[in-house]
Amino acid sequence: MNSIDTVADVLDHDFNSTSARNYRKWRHIKDVATRYLMALGGVSVILAIVLIAFYLLYVVIPMFKSAEIEQIATYSTPGGSETETLYVAMEEQREVGVRINNLGQVVFFNTVDGVIRSTVDLGLADDVSITAVSSGDQTERMIGLGLSDGRVMFFQHNYAVSFPDDVRLITPSILYPFGSEPIQVNEVGDNVTHLSVQYDSEEATIVAHGADSTVKLLNLIKEESMLSDEIEITREESLITLDTDDVIALRIDIEQREMYVADGLGNIYYYDISNKSEPRLVQKVKAVDDGIKITVIEFLAGGISILVGDTSGQIAQWFPVRDDDNNYTLQKIRTFNKQEAPITAIAPEYSRKGFVAVDESGEMGIYHTTAHRTVLLEQINDYALNSITLAPRANAALLQNDKGMLQFWHLRNEHPEISWQSIWGKVWYESRDKPEYIWQSSSASSDFEPKFSLTPLAYGTFKAAFYAMMFAIPLAILGAMFTAYFMAPKMRQVVKPTIEIMEALPTVILGFLAGLWLAPFVEQHLPGMFIMLCFVPLSILLAAAGWEFVPENIRHKVPEGWEAALLIPVIIIAVAISIQLSAPIENIFFGGNTPLWLSTEMGITYDQRNSMVVGFAMGFAVIPTIFSISEDAIYSVPKQLTTGSLALGATSWQTMVRVIILTASPGIFSAVMIGLGRAVGETMIVVMATGNTAIMDMSIFEGFRALSANIAVEMPETEVDSTHYRILFLGALVLFAVTFFFNTIAEVVRQRLRTKYSSL
Amino acid sequence: MNLRIKNWFDSGTPFVWLNAGAVSISVVMVVGLIALIAVRGLGHFWPADIHVFDYYASPTDESVRLMGEVVDEESVSRSRAGNPAYAGETIKRNLIKTGNRDVSGLDFRWVLDAGIKNDNLPKDAMVVERHEWGNFYGFLTSLEIDGKKFQATDSLWDKFQETITKNTEIFDEIRHIEKDLIGGINYKMERLRLKQRGLELKEENTPDKIKGLDDEREVLQTEYNSYTNKLEELYTVLNNSSFTAKTADEKEIKVGFSKVVRAYQPNAMNLFAKVGFYFEKLWEFLSADPREANTEGGIFPAIFGTVLMVMIMAVLVTPFGVIAAVYLREYANQGPITRLIRIAVNNLAGVPSVVYGVFGLGFFVYFLGGSIDQLLFPEALPAPTFGTPGLLWASLTLAILTVPVVIVATEEGLSRVPRAIREGSLALGATKAETMWRTVLPMTASAMITGLILAVARAAGEVAPLMLVGVVKLAPSLGVDGNAPFLHLDRKFMHLGFHIYDVGFQSPNVEAARPLVYATALLLVVLIIILNLTAIRIRNSLREKYRAAESS
Repeated sequence: MNSIDTVADVLDHDFNSTSARNYRKWRHIKDVATRYLMALGGVSVILAIVLIAFYLLYVVIPMFKSAEIEQIATYSTPGGSETETLYVAMEEQREVGVRINNLGQVVFFNTVDGVIRSTVDLGLADDVSITAVSSGDQTERMIGLGLSDGRVMFFQHNYAVSFPDDVRLITPSILYPFGSEPIQVNEVGDNVTHLSVQYDSEEATIVAHGADSTVKLLNLIKEESMLSDEIEITREESLITLDTDDVIALRIDIEQREMYVADGLGNIYYYDISNKSEPRLVQKVKAVDDGIKITVIEFLAGGISILVGDTSGQIAQWFPVRDDDNNYTLQKIRTFNKQEAPITAIAPEYSRKGFVAVDESGEMGIYHTTAHRTVLLEQINDYALNSITLAPRANAALLQNDKGMLQFWHLRNEHPEISWQSIWGKVWYESRDKPEYIWQSSSASSDFEPKFSLTPLAYGTFKAAFYAMMFAIPLAILGAMFTAYFMAPKMRQVVKPTIEIMEALPTVILGFLAGLWLAPFVEQHLPGMFIMLCFVPLSILLAAAGWEFVPENIRHKVPEGWEAALLIPVIIIAVAISIQLSAPIENIFFGGNTPLWLSTEMGITYDQRNSMVVGFAMGFAVIPTIFSISEDAIYSVPKQLTTGSLALGATSWQTMVRVIILTASPGIFSAVMIGLGRAVGETMIVVMATGNTAIMDMSIFEGFRALSANIAVEMPETEVDSTHYRILFLGALVLFAVTFFFNTIAEVVRQRLRTKYSSL
Repeated sequence: MNLRIKNWFDSGTPFVWLNAGAVSISVVMVVGLIALIAVRGLGHFWPADIHVFDYYASPTDESVRLMGEVVDEESVSRSRAGNPAYAGETIKRNLIKTGNRDVSGLDFRWVLDAGIKNDNLPKDAMVVERHEWGNFYGFLTSLEIDGKKFQATDSLWDKFQETITKNTEIFDEIRHIEKDLIGGINYKMERLRLKQRGLELKEENTPDKIKGLDDEREVLQTEYNSYTNKLEELYTVLNNSSFTAKTADEKEIKVGFSKVVRAYQPNAMNLFAKVGFYFEKLWEFLSADPREANTEGGIFPAIFGTVLMVMIMAVLVTPFGVIAAVYLREYANQGPITRLIRIAVNNLAGVPSVVYGVFGLGFFVYFLGGSIDQLLFPEALPAPTFGTPGLLWASLTLAILTVPVVIVATEEGLSRVPRAIREGSLALGATKAETMWRTVLPMTASAMITGLILAVARAAGEVAPLMLVGVVKLAPSLGVDGNAPFLHLDRKFMHLGFHIYDVGFQSPNVEAARPLVYATALLLVVLIIILNLTAIRIRNSLREKYRAAESS
């Protein structure tokens, strides 16, 4: 008894002493802490990885959002709501607005509250009234006013920005670049009913319509005299007679080369006025259906397209299209049918191909032409809206309703140029003769129409993958079949790692070799390449046949499964012969220069860095992937299947084709999928070994531009959060999704196969 | 006979041979590729003979006297050679590096083999490598050292070499002053400026604090002045000496010694000297800075940048990869969700690397970096500190790119630890954490190292993501230097892979740069093959070890 007690005491003393208990507690805490730490760390790493997909989405999604608008203020029209508003505009910071009324007053006001900052009187005589108004290039803020005495007055509203005490101060003013004196255009007394002006620092063009059916075209060229500071203005004028006297609108483009006239019957007259003394009617076209009238015509930014609004609420985009004989005809490109009431005003954006339209029902639509997208459609007023103007950055609008109220709205419309159609579909871009897929993300000019079609890039990606797979699949799978099943184990131990090492080879090296060594080499030996394609397999067969005739005692010295080693010299010789044959064959059949022959005789363009080169290089990059995975699949086919087949009398080749390949085919399939995923996402090879031009052509002799290459090339130069930036993210997301898809299929198939093998 | 062929085909033997052919082709390609890079990359450093010859562009033309080394030769058809006036269906032509870009405008020239007359290898033909305008090929005529003229004598060449050695030392000193000392002062000045701006932003710019800064600035300024004086002296010494040489067509040019890197007479060298020269050049390639828009000199900054970036990446990727693997394998419930995660992790290893680059640029650089700048470096704004591509973001991006590799490798290692070992440890009363820490993880160490090596090998070869998140063609300073805090994670860096792309494709003089690109490629290939072979080695020995553990 006593001794047991002692043992218990000792144990108790050992295990339940305070220090032992504390130690145990400490160990427990450590255990739990480790568990939570591991869970936390593990989950966060996994989340971080998942974050990639979500972050890409997060950047991409704003492109597809519709615009947001917010009403900031409503006030009665500054400068007297009883006067008629002729023109309203805003400056770049959307802080100051300007309104011109029929009394010849230019009123500058705060856009947020309508408080007048300053008023400039243009100093018109009492018996003269303003009968027409036209804004020239709105980015230059040029205005022309047609007067009742047949004269036209020019001025520019200007905003000086200064920062006294670090606070922005905008001081509006009026400038007269062509002098403050109005210019006589029509006969005295023939008031100007419709007017369009365009002018820049050197030249002005005015077209004015008076009472009858004629339009006066006046061109002024300002020349500074060499000797003195005097300005000399040369005038050139001509008269255009219209078929109609019911003119609704008159517009000339910013280049001062084209004139459009709309009449009350729904016709548009398209004039070429590049020669100011001989304006030429190019086309008269009926733009709307019978019973519908044109209400507005307006140029889109850049002055190439016109937008035609009508009484049915439809807005159509038209621009001149060149036909095969180099003649331009005006064509209806696309229409927007979302609004139902007659369109009252259209305001084009200053630098993008978007516009805003309002109608008699008080509805406003924000559109983008290239994307053919209605970004927003909203009933914003109970009364008819009769004018709208946009801020230069398209982030604010001033609207006037027919109750004389001016409304100031903020707009958020960051990415109107993106729609499913503009990314993946054919788009009819300005100055193009048909709808096309084009990727052209940037250009030197500011009013350039960005062409964001991902289709040619996706096409390029798959073209690259296609040629790479054409090269890689046969080599990799046939090679895997031999290595896994026929090859001597000793040789396999060397061959497999050798090919697998290729997988780790940086692709920048493959790309550089492809671009700088292989591409010129292929161009030099083009016929040789095609000879090689036939001659190498043929020589392998010949070698195989020849091997049959080799005396048995030599044959038996080479153990089975070393055929591949025997073939290495055969292949090297065959390749060398093909290359040697290249030049003579070229001289005989292709005039000594195959690429030249292809382009002159066959009409095939030959790029030095073409799809064939990429096919070789990228095929080379994916061979190890496909080889390694399919070799594993073939190698792990259960042995009883093969031995069974052989025991039943099948040859080893029959066993291979009828048993092993069939069993391992899911594994081979997954190998191909993974290889495809790699080919799709490969970047450096396609950057370096192709010309990176976004063309859509399956020709093996031409290059392409792949999605991944496009990202690598353009991403560093794009502005953060711009549409271009987001669309490159979309490209990345597409790549991510495609490769993830291929890899998942492969992985699922492989796992199934593994279960199948283990059950066999 | 026909029957025999039919039988032969029926037996399947030809198909087996075709399969064997596929393997052979693959092997030939791999070996051929590596051999190609090795030959072209290593051959560059060998001092090539200098040929001097009369060249007739056509039999009727006047001859010109050319001088240079043969870089390449090829035989092409008449039409490709532009139908020259020499006979023959195929035309042999040579690419000659003639150098002297300052004299003749171009430094490479294709010449037709048939037009070459009086080809010889004069012993006194020399090559001068210069800091600008590339190589000079010609004959030394005279020297001018500190105003003294030396005409052609037997010892002229020795004198020449001696002066070059002396001037190289001066040049190195100038470089040291300009880059390290003055660079350091500029760095400190910039820090002071930022400090002052920081004080202004916090409205703590009291006069005494500003005074303190001004005092420090003054000290730096005097130091700076003393260095510029020293520099001026050195430059005068350097600019005092020049040499005169004549080209093959007897044009005389005068070159200051400040422009000379080295000069040699390859035709006069014996094999021993050539080998010595070879290794000197090889060492320069590995240890020197690039010259002439990266087309000459060495690639040390690129090696340094690659290694530094990979090291930072390794520090980041190892703990996270291991924790994730341990969690997945040891702590998480092994259910469908874990399986799903595992598939996802596997798949991420196959997501194109450029996608990671895009993510890194958007998330790390603009989002994280931009926020860090707002919070921690407001004084430098609008110039970004971390809100621009740099070393840290490149390492992080590559860490995310390679973390699946480490996870997969570590998991494999964990799954190979025999159950008995774990159970033994638990049975002896160890907690799970202790079992992990004391028995399982040590046994997995080599698996982790395998994963890490594979990750490093992958990271070292990736270029596409780096182009977006921090690599530049020419970094003004290394990521580590003598200015506190010594490791500059915000700096941009150079990278071997990008160097290949940039020099090979964006360089103004691709022809001149080509050998260096091959050499760089060879270095990268060798590095990556060694890393991979090591990983494979470790993995194999690991498997052996476990096999032993399981069977015992």
